[in-house]
Amino acid sequence: MTKQTLSRRSFIQASVAVGGGLMLGFHMPDALAATIGPRTQSTTTAVGTEINAWIVIDKDGTVTLRIPHTEMGQGGITSVALLIAEELNVDWAKIKTEFADANRHLRNNKEYIVMSTHGSQLVRLQHPHLMGAGASARERLKQAAAEAWGVDRSEVEAKLGVLTAGNRTGTYGEFAEAAAKVKLDKEPEIQKDPAKWWLLGKPRQRLDIPNKVNGSAQYAIDTRVPGMVYAAVKASPVPWGTLKRYDFDAIKGRPGVIAAVPIKAVAGKRGQPDLQDAVAVVADTWYRAKTALELMPIEWEFGESAKATTADYYAEGRRLVEQKGLVSGKEDPQAAEIIAASNKVVTATYERPFETHARMEPINATVHVQPDRVDVWAPTQDQSAAILLVADQLGVDPKTVYAHTMFLGGGFGGNGAGGTGVTRQAALISKQIGKPVKVLWPREEDIAQDKQRPLAVAKLTAAIGDDGLPTALFTRGVWFTQDAINQVGGATADYGIYNIPYKIPHRNHERHNAKTHIPSSTHRAPGANQLGFMAEVFVDEMAIAGGWDPLEWRLKMTEGMPDWQLVLKTLKEKSGFRTDLPKGEGMGVAVVESHGTIAAACATVTVSRRGRLNIEKLLVVLDAGRVINPHAATEQCEGSVCWELSHAWTGGLELEGGRFVNTNFDTYNLLRIDQHPHVETIFASSGGTKWGGLGEPSGPPTPPAVANAIYYATGRRIRSTPFRSLDLTWA
Amino acid sequence: MQLTLNINNKPETVDVEPETPLLWVLRDNIGLTGTKYGCGIARCGACTIHVDGQPMKACQLPASAAVGKRITTIEGLSADSSHPVQQAWVEIGVPQCGYCQSGQIMSAAALIAKRKNPTLPEIEAAMADNLCRCGTYQRIVQAVRRASEIAQA
Repeated sequence: MTKQTLSRRSFIQASVAVGGGLMLGFHMPDALAATIGPRTQSTTTAVGTEINAWIVIDKDGTVTLRIPHTEMGQGGITSVALLIAEELNVDWAKIKTEFADANRHLRNNKEYIVMSTHGSQLVRLQHPHLMGAGASARERLKQAAAEAWGVDRSEVEAKLGVLTAGNRTGTYGEFAEAAAKVKLDKEPEIQKDPAKWWLLGKPRQRLDIPNKVNGSAQYAIDTRVPGMVYAAVKASPVPWGTLKRYDFDAIKGRPGVIAAVPIKAVAGKRGQPDLQDAVAVVADTWYRAKTALELMPIEWEFGESAKATTADYYAEGRRLVEQKGLVSGKEDPQAAEIIAASNKVVTATYERPFETHARMEPINATVHVQPDRVDVWAPTQDQSAAILLVADQLGVDPKTVYAHTMFLGGGFGGNGAGGTGVTRQAALISKQIGKPVKVLWPREEDIAQDKQRPLAVAKLTAAIGDDGLPTALFTRGVWFTQDAINQVGGATADYGIYNIPYKIPHRNHERHNAKTHIPSSTHRAPGANQLGFMAEVFVDEMAIAGGWDPLEWRLKMTEGMPDWQLVLKTLKEKSGFRTDLPKGEGMGVAVVESHGTIAAACATVTVSRRGRLNIEKLLVVLDAGRVINPHAATEQCEGSVCWELSHAWTGGLELEGGRFVNTNFDTYNLLRIDQHPHVETIFASSGGTKWGGLGEPSGPPTPPAVANAIYYATGRRIRSTPFRSLDLTWA
Repeated sequence: MQLTLNINNKPETVDVEPETPLLWVLRDNIGLTGTKYGCGIARCGACTIHVDGQPMKACQLPASAAVGKRITTIEGLSADSSHPVQQAWVEIGVPQCGYCQSGQIMSAAALIAKRKNPTLPEIEAAMADNLCRCGTYQRIVQAVRRASEIAQA
């Protein structure tokens, strides 16, 4: 986990909003559609006085909070609002929210501290400055009242939007203007003790829900700008292929067609997506653009990459796991020596395919390039990076670029700065055409050209001692990722195996960053999502080889680690895990730590003799330290389970001839409602100083728990995914 | 070709190729963006609308085939989010990213109009065409049941 240095400078800069009054800031939910819809100016709709960049308070007491983060279904708007409101102490029912201005963040030297949303970091890492913004505003309101009343600030109480001292009373609205001018000698501390929170920690409905049941929530794909034209794009089906020629004459007479725009490949730098060779057709509607594009003859040259298949990658992975790789952490040569000398060795090789984000909102971006400013509507998890990206693409000053925050139709790690090149495409085309352009990738393009989750292979070998427990573990992982960008190389490629908690006396982990032409990126719970499966199925293999119950093994091997013991003991108590169910039925467990949270899962499955799998139940037990909104946190756990089951059970991208061949939902299958197990979430919170993430950690233990359950149901040991392609029959 | 469509009880005249899928007419010609594009091959259900009360995938329905029929989109399901399915969706807090939810709600509304107390297999069958990448399925089942209660209250 990266540590961030949080500047508190921005709290101290008091500023009065244009209309006067105090703006402590967010606007929602009623005004949501209006405030976040497409705008040609980057402006606020909050009315009142700005106390700091986050908070605007109107004279009538309306509090608008500005959300510097993305709402992609994780409850980001609600989490930010809760954190600020806890310290500000205002009536939750009276809060409005609006998205913060990314351009202002840039102009004012990162005024919102962080405007990207990823890594399950919003609550766990951003809470100090978000709560701090609320606390700072509250103290300034108190100071303003204290000065007006001639009392000391310590005598003023601030509660639910009302200031009181003795028999004097006033509202936040009345003191907002004065508070905006207050300079505090020292910024207040935030309340770190969950026992003393009045708002956080209770289940809250999310603020964005009302706009998501009537079609009014605006996503980037819904952007409509006057004069806008539409583009459909086809990039080289084999990544890094070359566009040889296309015949625009063949389609230019079609209705509404405006132009064809070629796009040349440019390798991305760190933090920036690459552009692939592509051609865009621009028309007055998207359907006309897409239809014309499909009819336009295009010739590509693919080179060597056009031979690659999924099977080739697995073969290469199996070759590499037999060779020395890069050592992760400290090398322990004894691990291999002990295994070589042992008379009881367990070894297994695991493989998992490429997977794709497949956000329900297909990849798109709208850009309007004008001489003095550029406007961007993109489904991004990182608005500040989107500004820099577009500025770089166009060669303009980033301060003239306005990125409008829109709802995201799913994020899952794919919409960060290192996501897809669609925003660069839109900037390039808008500049060339001289009009606002909405670029939308057809679903087939969305899947084929996404930054995929790397294909992975790993071999794990252990020596088992006389007590049935491992004495040494030697592991090698192979992670197919592009060196040019390598966004998910490095330590991420080790997560899930390297960081297992078990007390094995000698361990050695090595990794190969294997070459591929397939662009890759982060996916929900990067690293742990692929490799956690391998480690936790292997744990069952080790435990059973040593005569141990797999859950007892995990408890034994984490002795002295109170957080792990808490999670595993809770799982044991709540799941009723057992290994003696009749054939055709099985339970399986797994536990993986990611994003600072320990997540354990117990799966209950049935498998018919003919191999039909039914996942009855998934119990997830988590220790994230603390949970500020159990309602949203539970949803995230349910969602993460579904996400990983979609890959492990029904998914799996297939590569043939260097290109992906299952690129729509008839062939790349996501989990459907009739396959979905009952998911139960239990928070076993250790408290202390831990703030773990919740948007991702429930995913990684899910596939191994199911695979381990299938073993008990069928006797078949699962070492690859998707399960749908495996023979699960039993007699 | 000029087509006049009855959308949410309002006549709308558009000039499009007759084979243009209704989805794109709704979104790009008329500006009703609540109906979403997800796959274009009728496999995700994000574009589910009602045509004469029946759930249909707008991405595979030529606009010309909808002439003379009653088209209802999410924007026309109720004026104020008061349809029992919308009420239940808010009460249970179903949506996460929300992108698929217009289609989910339209499928659910068609189901409870037809079946008063749908069983779990009936709910799963009626909703199986609607994909949700966020994994809200469990809450959808709960909310469909709640919606049928609200509808009968």
